[in-house]
Amino acid sequence: MSLLEIRNLSVRFGADAPPVVDALDLTVEAGEVLAIVGESGSGKSVTMLALMGLVDAPGIVGADVLRFDGSDMLRLTPRQRRRIVGKDLAMVFQDPMTALNPSYTVGFQIEEVLRQHLGLKGRAARQRALALLERVEIPAAASRLDAYPHQLSGGMSQRVAIAMAIAGEPKLLIADEPTTALDVTIQAQIMHLLLDLQRDRGMALILITHDLAVVAETARRVCVMYAGEAVEVGHIPTLFERPAHPYSEALLAAIPEHSRGARRLATLPGIVPGRYDRPHGCLLSPRCPYVQDDCRARRPPLEAKAQSLARCFHPRNQEGLV
Amino acid sequence: MSVLVARDLARHYQVSRGLFRENAVVRALDGISFALEAGQTLAVVGESGCGKSTLARALTLIEQPTSGSLQIAGQEVTGASKAERKQLRRDVQMVFQSPYASLNPRQKIGDQLAEPLLINTGLSRAERQERVQAMMRQVGLRPEHYPRYPHMFSGGQRQRIAIARAMMLGPKVLVADEPTSALDVSIQAQVLNLFMDLQEEFGTAYVFISHNLSVVQHVADRVLVMYLGRPMELGPSERVHDRPLHPYTQALLSATPTLHPDPNRPKIRLGGELPNPLDPPSGCVFHPRCPYATERCRQEVPAFRPLDERLVACHYAGEVGVA
Repeated sequence: MSLLEIRNLSVRFGADAPPVVDALDLTVEAGEVLAIVGESGSGKSVTMLALMGLVDAPGIVGADVLRFDGSDMLRLTPRQRRRIVGKDLAMVFQDPMTALNPSYTVGFQIEEVLRQHLGLKGRAARQRALALLERVEIPAAASRLDAYPHQLSGGMSQRVAIAMAIAGEPKLLIADEPTTALDVTIQAQIMHLLLDLQRDRGMALILITHDLAVVAETARRVCVMYAGEAVEVGHIPTLFERPAHPYSEALLAAIPEHSRGARRLATLPGIVPGRYDRPHGCLLSPRCPYVQDDCRARRPPLEAKAQSLARCFHPRNQEGLV
Repeated sequence: MSVLVARDLARHYQVSRGLFRENAVVRALDGISFALEAGQTLAVVGESGCGKSTLARALTLIEQPTSGSLQIAGQEVTGASKAERKQLRRDVQMVFQSPYASLNPRQKIGDQLAEPLLINTGLSRAERQERVQAMMRQVGLRPEHYPRYPHMFSGGQRQRIAIARAMMLGPKVLVADEPTSALDVSIQAQVLNLFMDLQEEFGTAYVFISHNLSVVQHVADRVLVMYLGRPMELGPSERVHDRPLHPYTQALLSATPTLHPDPNRPKIRLGGELPNPLDPPSGCVFHPRCPYATERCRQEVPAFRPLDERLVACHYAGEVGVA
């Protein structure tokens, strides 16, 4: 059985509001690295917030199945949920400067996790916190336990946030744009650390990002999201070499690295549809260069293509393949 | 002729360290020299705290350099009178990182675009409007957008408006400080194309500040790599990208994720973080993080010397690292 199973997840804010996440299916196996890519507003973060039960009213989360490690996440009492979230299921957020509480020391915040989830107290908690800081390669870890977040750099704060997330020995770690706020050399350090921890502990990792190059270097499987839908799910590097969905293709082509030597970059005209002007058929149809009549009439389902699952009637790169 | 020439440009800040200690000096910018031709793009690359934004502020005359010389269109900026500086500002315009913060939320975008003309030219209201409409067409906005407010536009459109505003006076130099880092990939591509189109049309020189090396590689003719306010490497974009000579440039390129990772290519991982600018390292400022540092690097400041069609500040450039 998969560690995480999502079937037909939808999230909307208000009962008659259009969905922000629509008909999303996703599975994650134990110990695997899955990347979710998409532009702003594609619903990648909301999906994960829904999983953790962090979507507040007026948000409405609906799903046929939302199961993590055998528990039905939709039917948990708040008390049961608190036992899972932060322990077996943990998250690292984008901006480490706001993820940490500025009023408490780093040590206190890590010990709080250990106290809540593992029942550790006093010296035992302190020692475990120190070991965690050392594990995330913070120099002079012992002296950092008493530091406040404002005394740390962005990279250091993100390391502390990671230490807090892994304190409960999670089975699944969700990293939501963990390096977007950081410089490249620090980004490389943090990505290396996350993958090292993932391998070390056999934990599954969901990496939410908008940076396809980061995905290419880290993940084995990727889910491309567009306007609240998963438009393509497949393996790397196959999906990057032969994308089936026109949106995946366009996203890859828009990266400057792809058009070395060319004066102009390939672009996808227009912008992501807003919540209230969602097209009737395929959501990409107003922007898609290969659009045909059936695309405007019906929304394509996510189904198996030559190399991946894609939500498209006229997929790309299918020739010469079984 | 070069439209922008910087020679040994420096900007130092006095930082108070309390009542009883002497002020410290932060050398946010130190010994920066370059020349930029019309229609060309110079990219400035480096991580936070490397002095990129201080450089942008000096180039746009927002701040006076502490020492060194800066010439815009052949005219010296340092020591220029207030009236001369006002005149010079027309020739250097700026596009900021976040189009959410750089546009006035209470002013119609048409009026925002007309404001540079109102301040700097004697054009009539009708003429100003005509120029604004022409520029809006140029950047891909429609005439009916004129009376709208910034919140009615997406991030990409807002950045177009910011670019249009910067281009209104036909500047000789456009300084763009991370103009696409707040945008999504597909929107980034649109905005980068717009920058290229405008440069072709007007022959504007760009100073393009970025931390994204694949963007830089695409737009720039020449690249200046900075670290802790000092120049590390300056040369043609292609050469710097294909064969970086400075260990810091090599590390930056190596740390940048790529779509086609080569498992055989050795990854240089830089340990540590940027040193405290109040207490910069002796010798070469990069030596505490440099994998090849020797005793000489700890003591002797490397000269910014010519080598292989470019300038490099490293004692061992060309001898160390990946080719």
